[in-house]
This record gives sequence, structure tokens and C-alpha cells, in this order.
Amino acid sequence: MGFFRSLFQPRRSSASIAKERLKIVLAHERASSRAPDFLPMMQKELLAVVARYVEISEDMIRVTLGNSGDTSLLEINIEIEGGKLKKGGNAALSPA
Amino acid sequence: MAKVIVVTSGKGGVGKTTTSAAFAAGLALRGHKTVVIDFDVGLRNLDLVMGCERRVVFDFINVINGDANLNQALIKDKRHDNLFIFPTSQTRDKNALKREGVDRVMEELKQQFEYIVCDSPAGIEHGAITALYFADSAIIVTNPEVSSVRDSDRIIGILASKSRRAERNDPPVDVHLLLTRYDPARVAKGEMLAVDDVKEILSIPLLGVIPESESVLRASNTGTPVVFDEDSPAGRAYLDAVARFLGEQREMRFVKPERRNIFRALFGRA
Repeated sequence: MGFFRSLFQPRRSSASIAKERLKIVLAHERASSRAPDFLPMMQKELLAVVARYVEISEDMIRVTLGNSGDTSLLEINIEIEGGKLKKGGNAALSPA
Repeated sequence: MAKVIVVTSGKGGVGKTTTSAAFAAGLALRGHKTVVIDFDVGLRNLDLVMGCERRVVFDFINVINGDANLNQALIKDKRHDNLFIFPTSQTRDKNALKREGVDRVMEELKQQFEYIVCDSPAGIEHGAITALYFADSAIIVTNPEVSSVRDSDRIIGILASKSRRAERNDPPVDVHLLLTRYDPARVAKGEMLAVDDVKEILSIPLLGVIPESESVLRASNTGTPVVFDEDSPAGRAYLDAVARFLGEQREMRFVKPERRNIFRALFGRA
């Protein structure tokens, strides 16, 4: 199978893989280098608030500032594993 | 008005010193009085590449500290009257590059020279930042290789935010891409990023493409800027880049694989 595949489906050149990878990593790095200084702080505070209600760890939140057309887009992604809600009713009334 | 050109890259080993030497010599050959300064304090090599390592008495740091005056430290090139080398210290470290001191020395150099070429150290630390801080133009030396392209992108960002021009809201540093160690045969086989790919990714204007060439090592072995080797494709490519920098239109050479020439293969040099 591998032999036939290599015969009929030319392998992608390593240069084009390099180009693709660079475009992706640089798009990400350029966006984060333009990010305002408050983003890490805001991410921390958001995490603290969410953690009162949901079991969450530090790597489950991502805050990015991007552009979509002529509007800036603040994107907050919070991943909740299996929707683990904290027990004990309204946590907001009894902050840790 | 004197112009300050920084030769920088972020990544090490891509050809900053080779380029600084060749570019400064090329500007001198075109009739412009030029000095090339080594900003790589503690790891000086410009003196070796320029072939004046045994003539160094005083250096950049001595002048910054007022231990010597500028004309005691400047070394006049023996091949060309317009060309001067300003070596740095091999024993001190980058912290010796005090910004006020460098500023004072640069102002003094501007009185004497048309072009001041600054050979930056690798990295994005104090030495590299000081080298690019005073720049009017920048030559971003890049190899067609992922880590070099990424580091170039980073240094372009730093030029736009940390240079004096950026701090003062003056017109931005004029940045140019110089692609070095280019191998058109490998590009044709899809093994190496093509010049248009790098240009597209970094989106800055292209100043020149320097082909991978045996003559570059030969030049540094003998302490001769590669532009003085008339048979060298790299030397000719550097002279083209200098001409473009001075505003001339020149077609890009050495970007397509060379046809095999039986006579050159038998008798010629690369």
C-alpha cells in the first residue's frame, strides 16, 4: 500500500511544509506580541471567578485579542471537563 | 546626512558579520565614506573578517569610556580609502555598551562618515537592542530556514517598537530583507524555502539574495570582504544589494539553478 501511495501521490515538499508551519506560528506570535499588557492579569482574574463555580485548572482558559475585519475581537475560551460543577449551591455567596 | 544601518537577524550564524563586512566594503567601493562597527562586545569577530585583527589597539568601549579618542580607535582599511573599521572589546561584556556613551560616539561618527554600518550581536538582549536602537535602516539577514525566518520576524517587531525612531514617533526604520546561503538547486527540488516564500512570510522588501558559495569561507579565511573577490557569485550578489540600497534597479541574480557548464566544472571556481 505504502509503495502504491508513494507512486501515485507525490509527497509534499518539505519546503511547503516549512512555509505552512511558519505562517501559522508567526500569525499566532504576531497577535500575542500586540496584545495589551493587561491580558495575563485579566486571564488570572477570570480564572479565579470561574473557579468558584466550576472545577478548572490554569491551562483550561485562553484569552486572546484578535481582529475580525475592522473590529477587535476579545476571545475567551474556557474548557470545562465533563461539566464538573462545584457542590455546595451558590458559591458566589460564600467566596473562598 | 549620515545614515546608520544595522545588520541584524535575531538568530546567530546566519551571516551578519560577513554581510556587515561585505556591505560596508561595497558602500566604500561605490565612493561613500563608510565605517563598520562591531557591536558584539566580548565576542568580536569583525576584525578577523575584515583582516585587521593585528591592528587593533583601542576599541569601541575605550572610546565610550573616554580612555581613547575616536581617531585612535578607528582602523583605516588597507584596500580602500573610504573604508574604516571600528573594533569592539574582546574582554568586556555587553553591559559596557552604555546608551548615552554609544549615542555620543555615533554623533561623532556622523560628522565624519556617510554610512555607519552596525554589526549586531545575535539575540534580542542588551547588545542587539543597543545596535538597532540608533538605526535609520536595517538589513535583516535571513537564511531560508524556519528558525531563522521566525527570529527575523521577531527582530522586525523589535525594530518597530524599541528603536529610537519608534520611541520618538519618527518615520519607522527602513527595513530590508537579505536572504543569505540561498541554494537555488535545493529550492527547485522543494527542499528549501524559496525567496518568494520568505518575502511573503516576512512581508518586507527584498534587498538581495546571496547564494551559498564557497567563496564566503575563502573570504573569511583570508580576512577579505567577499566583495573584493571579483569571481565570487556571493560578492557580486552583495554588490547588487548595495546598488539597490543606493536606489538602483537591478535584476535578482543567482535565484535560479545554474546550468551545468562543463568548462566551469573542469577549470572554474565557485
